This record gives sequence, C-alpha cells and structure tokens, in this order.
Amino acid sequence: MTTTSHGDVYIPFEEAMSRYEPIIGIETHVELGTNSKMWCGCSTDFGSDANTQVCPVCLGLPGSMPVVNRVAVESTIRIGLALNCNIAQWCRFARKNYFYPDMPKDYQISQYDEPLCYDGYLDVTVDTPDGPQVFRVEIERVHMEEDTGKLTHTGGATGRIHGAEYSLVDYNRAGIPLIEIVTKTVIGTGSLAPEVAKAYVKELRDVMRALGVSDVRMEEGSMRCDVNLSLNKPGDGWGTRSETKNVNSLRSVERAVRSEIERQASVLDNGGRVIQETRHFHEDTGRSTSGRSKEQAEDYRYFPEPDLVPVAPSLDWVEELRAGLPEMPSVKRARLKEEWNINDFELASLANSGALDLVEATIAIGVDSVAARKWWTGELLRVANEQGVELEALRVAPQDIQQVEALITSGALNDKLARQVFEGILASEGTVEEIIATRGLAVVSDDGALLAAIDEALAAAPDVAEKILSGKIQAAGAVVGAVMKATKGQADAAKVRALLLERLGVSE
Amino acid sequence: MTSISRADVAHLGRLARLELTESELDHYSEQLDVILQSVARISEVAADDIPPMSHPIPMVNVFRDDVVKPSLTREEALAAAPATEDDRFRVPRILDEE
Ligand SMILES: [Zn+2]
Repeated sequence: MTTTSHGDVYIPFEEAMSRYEPIIGIETHVELGTNSKMWCGCSTDFGSDANTQVCPVCLGLPGSMPVVNRVAVESTIRIGLALNCNIAQWCRFARKNYFYPDMPKDYQISQYDEPLCYDGYLDVTVDTPDGPQVFRVEIERVHMEEDTGKLTHTGGATGRIHGAEYSLVDYNRAGIPLIEIVTKTVIGTGSLAPEVAKAYVKELRDVMRALGVSDVRMEEGSMRCDVNLSLNKPGDGWGTRSETKNVNSLRSVERAVRSEIERQASVLDNGGRVIQETRHFHEDTGRSTSGRSKEQAEDYRYFPEPDLVPVAPSLDWVEELRAGLPEMPSVKRARLKEEWNINDFELASLANSGALDLVEATIAIGVDSVAARKWWTGELLRVANEQGVELEALRVAPQDIQQVEALITSGALNDKLARQVFEGILASEGTVEEIIATRGLAVVSDDGALLAAIDEALAAAPDVAEKILSGKIQAAGAVVGAVMKATKGQADAAKVRALLLERLGVSE
Repeated sequence: MTSISRADVAHLGRLARLELTESELDHYSEQLDVILQSVARISEVAADDIPPMSHPIPMVNVFRDDVVKPSLTREEALAAAPATEDDRFRVPRILDEE
C-alpha cells in the first residue's frame, strides 16, 4: 500500500483486480487538421504568436456570425464511417453555456442530443500471453464542436509577489474544429483494462492518421483523452465513476487506468465511497489528483444554436465519402501480415515501431520485403530510438533504401558500406551518390587488388596458411578478416574467401 | 401548467452570475412566469405532428469553404480588452476550475 502527498492511497494492481472489476469509458478530443477554423477563416496553424489568429467570430464579438466549415463536417462524417457509425440525416449544433474565460462567447458551440455520428464500434487487439485478443469498443457518438483558448495562470502560485492571481488568454486555438469521440462503457476487460484503453486510443490515432483528418499529435494536444472509470465487486451493480482528464500520451492512458484502479480499490477496501469527480493526471508521477467535484450535475443549459442552421448530409454525400475511405489500419495489418508472410509478433513489432507504412512504401517501389524490413526495423530503428524520434521523422526515405539495395545487389556496396551511406544521409551529407563519392564508399571488386591484400595477409600469418592447407578451412576466417580490415570493409567477404581458397588451391 | 419558482430564478441567477436581490427574485419570478405561461399556451396547440422548430427558416447545410482569410491584427484583437499583458487578454483567475 502506498500513500501520496495528496492523501490518496493505492493498493497493488494485482490485488485490486483480485477483488474488483473495472468498467471504463474514454472520451477523446481530436483537433481536425483543416486550414481554417470551424466557424471563421482564421488559420489553425500551431505555435503562432499569441492572438494573431483571431477575428470577431472566434473572439465572440457582438454581431459576428459563425458559418460552418464544410471540410470539418466532411471529416467528421468520414471519422464516423471509419468507426462504423450511423450518420444522422439531420442534426443541429447546440450552445453549451458556461462562464470560463477559455471561451470568449461564454458558451461553446457543440452538439448535444443530436450528434452527427452515433452507434459505432472499433475493434482493438491486445497482446496477451495467450496471443492476440480482440476487444470490440463500442462508440456512442462522434460530434462536432470547437476548441477553446489557452489559459496561462499566473500570480501567487508562480511566485509573483505583487498583484492578485490572474490568467492570460491566447485565443488562437479558440474555434479550431474539435471532434469528440465517446465510447460506450467498456466491460469485461478485467485486468486487461489498461491495455485495452491504450490499444483503443492507439487504434483511434491510427484511424485518424489513415483518414488524414488530423495530425493527432498527443504531445501537442491535437488529440487528448479523458478516462472514465469505476470499480465494482463481481456480481454487484456498477460503482461510482471518476473522470481523469489531461491524459495526453498513449503511455499515460495505460497508466491512468491502472492508477485509478489501484486508488479506487483502496477507497472501497476501506469501506469508503468513490466520489464522482474530475481528476487531473500528472505525467511525471503517473498519478492523478482530485479536481472539481461533480456531485452536483453541471447545468450547461444546452439549447439549439440559433446562429447555425441544421446539418443534413444527403445519402449521396455520405455514400460518396464512404466510397473514398482509405484502407483501415486493421485491414491493412491483416493484408500485410499475409503478403509478407510474417507472424503476429513480427507484425506487432513493425506496427509498434511505426515501421509498417515505411516498409510498405519501400516494398511498393520494388525493394525486397525482407531487405525493407531489415533496414527499417534494424539499423534505422536503432538510430531513431537513439535520437528519441519517430522512425518517420528520420531523413531516410524509401527511395534511399531502394538505391542502396540496388547497389548491394549489383555488388557495388555491401551491408557495412550501406550502413555508412545511411549514416551519411542521417547526417545530411547529401544524396546516396554524393555520400558514396565523398566518403569513397565502394566495394573493392578488382581481383588484383584483393589478391594483393590476400597475399599480404597470408605473409603476415604463415601459420594460418599452414592450417588451411592441412584442411582446417575454418581458419580462413582470420585471413578474410585481415583483408576486410585492410580494405576498410570495402570488399565482399564471400568473394575474398573464395579468392583465398583458390589462391591456396584448397576446395571446400 | 408550467410555472417557475423563486428557487429556479435564484438558480438561473447564479448560473448567469447575476446577483439578485430578494425583491428582484420576486419581480423576475412573476415576469418569467407570464412568459412561460404564454409559451405553454402555444404548446397546447402544438400537436405531435408539428415538430419543434429551432430556426425560423427551413434551411440546412449552409457551409463555407475551408479557406484561410486574414485575421485581425493583434492590436485590433486586443483593442477592446479591459486589460492585456504579454500580448494576451488578462482576466481574473477563476479559482474553482483548473
Ligand atoms: Zn476567427
């Protein structure tokens, strides 16, 4: 049992799971990657100077009127279709009224009881000791709304001595199209709840990427999760749930679920009552702290947004969007597993390392599938991990691998030299040809030069020559090694070996 | 018959961040009650075959193209703000929210 500075007590996860069953629900917000905002023409670029992407509409100035971004509606429908949802034939926007300075209008335009997409599902796969297990996460709704401004709190807590506490607001983010995806309660996951939650968010992220509707960068906040969780004893009714906000990485999703199970189990073990509240997750500690109590239901006084007319997508439009959907990640994985003849474990490691699309693109331009996998999940993944970046962020493109592989096949490069070529590309030294030229990388294929090196190596180690001649052919490795060293790795080892044996008149 | 209580008005006042005096509570309860009763009379006429209307004009799908238009300059954006600091709107900190 552990206690944090906030007074929360935790019991070990396994112990918690021996007495309780978790029920989870996940709300995910995704910022769409449209050029302009949801209701106005302001840019959605990330990282611009504060309050430079605002206008009367997104500042909520009197007299301004919102107009819906067509691409945002289209993207939402595509997300709904990808998540196997029904698309509403007619739905409205609603005003969610609340006083908080992150929304200058004092309300957020959202959707209430008429979401654009509803009743879908997403199948996710979790690796278990018994092999991959599929869970169906049901989707309750996908609705459209707008993102809020960004507040920076200042004053007492940050150590300022003068003045009262106050906040500074940047409204660049206010009005960026935001999609909320809400799951139905997920039951029956047992102790796999943390993994299922993580797998769901990851699958959702992959679907968004495949659709190209968002850059889904959790670290930049373009995808954010809230995790609802309750525990109950087997056979009992559902418990009271908490809502953990601020869960902003895949790893955090897993940790937040685990931590909340450990905390609620401890509360229940001690005869306590789980409070219906909002909790805030902290990346550094992996724990959450209590926020606002939700004992009194919030009263947002939703009502139909009078400034916007209903959205009524025609069947033709929906079907056109459905026909244009890309291959879904799960379908793609199954296809590639078959095509590349790999097992579940290899597939999972390719998918988890982010190599899947890169390997596919490399094979698509003619590289052998084994070679494509070897480079991306070997040398290049090692470098990416070393630099702490995603594989796709490396400077190496599938075309580079194609060129290098062609040179290996023709005998102009070997693996060792190829690694040096990639090293050069990663160091921005130029194209494959330029690096080979400037670094002087080429396999020594001139027999004369190789024979001279072999003779030199033999002369330096007459005892080895004796051994080979007396039949101990495995001793040849030492001479081959010496020749490779002498040629700085620029020779084909198999060829050196063959030439050596030929020189000594020995056959295998 | 729909009616609005004094407690309802006090609750709405809190939600709207309005500080209402005792006499204002009485006054607004009475006024709002009249409005609600008028609306209730319309409800009596509205049968099941008449769907509730939220917009006066039967129009759907008014969209704009996803094109970036110039925003205000920062000076313009901040011009009407009661207080600014560091190119941002300066507002009182709301303590009961995170
Ligand atoms: Zn704007």
